[in-house]
Amino acid sequence: MKQLVILSGKGGTGKTTVAAALAHLASQEMPIVLADADVDAANLELVLDPTKREELKFMGGQLAVIDPEKCTACGICAEVCRFDALIPGDEAYRIDSLACEGCASCFYQCPEEAIRMEEQQAGLWFRSDTRFGPLFHAHLFAGQENSGKLVTLVKQQARLRALDTGAAVVLVDGPPGIGCPVISASAGMDLALHIAEPTVAGVHGLERVMGTTGHFGVPSLVAINKADLNRARCEEIAAFCAGRGVEVVGRIPYDDVVTEAMVQGRPVTEYTDGPVTEALKEMWSRVRDLILSDGAGSVKEVQR
Amino acid sequence: MITTVASGKGGTGKTTVAVSLALSLAESASPANPLFLDCDVEEPNAALFLRPTIQERREVGQMIPEVDLEKCTYCGRCAEVCQYHAIAVVGEKVLVFPELCHGCGSCSLNCPTGAIHEVLDVIGTIERGWAGSVEFAQGTMNVGEPMAVPIIRQLKQWTIPLNPGNRPVILDASPGTACPVVESMRGADFVLMVTEPTPFGLHDLLLAVEGARDELGLLVGVVINREGVGDQGVDDYCATEDIPILMRIPLDRRIAEAYSDGGTLVEALPEYREQFKNLYVAIGRLVAGRKGGGAQ
Repeated sequence: MKQLVILSGKGGTGKTTVAAALAHLASQEMPIVLADADVDAANLELVLDPTKREELKFMGGQLAVIDPEKCTACGICAEVCRFDALIPGDEAYRIDSLACEGCASCFYQCPEEAIRMEEQQAGLWFRSDTRFGPLFHAHLFAGQENSGKLVTLVKQQARLRALDTGAAVVLVDGPPGIGCPVISASAGMDLALHIAEPTVAGVHGLERVMGTTGHFGVPSLVAINKADLNRARCEEIAAFCAGRGVEVVGRIPYDDVVTEAMVQGRPVTEYTDGPVTEALKEMWSRVRDLILSDGAGSVKEVQR
Repeated sequence: MITTVASGKGGTGKTTVAVSLALSLAESASPANPLFLDCDVEEPNAALFLRPTIQERREVGQMIPEVDLEKCTYCGRCAEVCQYHAIAVVGEKVLVFPELCHGCGSCSLNCPTGAIHEVLDVIGTIERGWAGSVEFAQGTMNVGEPMAVPIIRQLKQWTIPLNPGNRPVILDASPGTACPVVESMRGADFVLMVTEPTPFGLHDLLLAVEGARDELGLLVGVVINREGVGDQGVDDYCATEDIPILMRIPLDRRIAEAYSDGGTLVEALPEYREQFKNLYVAIGRLVAGRKGGGAQ
């Protein structure tokens, strides 16, 4: 069983579009399991039409809670809090639950023992079925911490299902950026497929996210989306990849059918034939060969 | 007035709108020179468009524990109080895991022998300078670091005046709705949501509004970018939720091409400058309206 994560440093470059297309193409050839690791803005469900089989609570972490009866408004809690999470009051202090990071510093320092720590539900996660295979996805409540923990949970569940059912590939739709959810999404992956767009911001984002996956030892492949938008930037990405020994496995042209397919709630490869679908099919066959023929190992060798 | 530009979904045009707004206001320096903060510290890219001259740079991070083994009795109290498992006592060794530490200082406060002091663990940089008459600042997280929030917090503390008054302060947030976005919104007078009229755009806009308006209690308004693609969903949602749509930018390949080479919307299509100035006036009215009596 192999695991592939789809990433991009910059947001909106087409991760989910590619993930949905690969889910469609891969599922025609082998059993797969899907995971949406963009837990604060999960979109894969919008094009895979999942049937939710199970909905579970995600307990993210804890928050401080003040008992106003016991609080004497001495202010020690506010002095020790580094996150500005205490709101002063004349008779009792209150906790700003969005600012509180659950460190419990106030809990240990409160002389009146007026503070307790409470576990908080930070989101939901789901086991679903789609026409391409099982999907594990989640919804982190707005502004919650611990997105990395929820990403790890969703990924682990997908992996366990794949091991149980003998699926060949786990396909993970990753979050944007380079921070904790991206690090969590990349951990243990056999390959990272970076979706880059040929813009100055896209090139910059690609460099940073490839730095991140490289730092954690995950080998990279690159696909350029909207490749015909700016040929010069496209070549810049290709040259950058060549310099790192990273293969560019696809160049997907700009086409409004991508948005049309999204509006119809379908993967673009399922919605229409045409240049975008052709490019995605070609890309999938290369990615499949690399990840299944223990290509992941050889990709890693090249990148060393 | 502090305006945070956010979106939920990535790639909808946050930076395009934030940069164009700043440049349009800078033109007349009215009401004052705008201050621009790139708070997308994971992928800061506003500088690619504003091309500022950086004048000052600081390393930032958070305070992590350092243990004086002369004073340590290996009692384990630090590990007991740490909620993040960032410090562990194993026999006569104390292990610190900086990437798990939130810098709360609880371990040093609770150490009975005063064996723990705190040292700065650098996780990124903050920089400031000028791009023409736009004052510019950005944070950059070091590759491999997980936590963006401390960098954003310190960037804001360093650059935003306590009482900005009439001065336009524009914050460009990261995509998503998790803690870095909330930190970029906290303290703002207004959150401007840039979205695209597609199912993905709408889905993530909903989540971002939940964070800004429902959790933080902030005023929100929408800019629809790439109008003409997609469907009616965002319009319908805004009408139902009574969220003002303050500007519409049509799908225009010229904008995308200018952007791809680091050009801005108002450089490619100068006629938009007036629209961005009007956008700012509209935001000002909404903010004044709430302060004037509509406070919730």
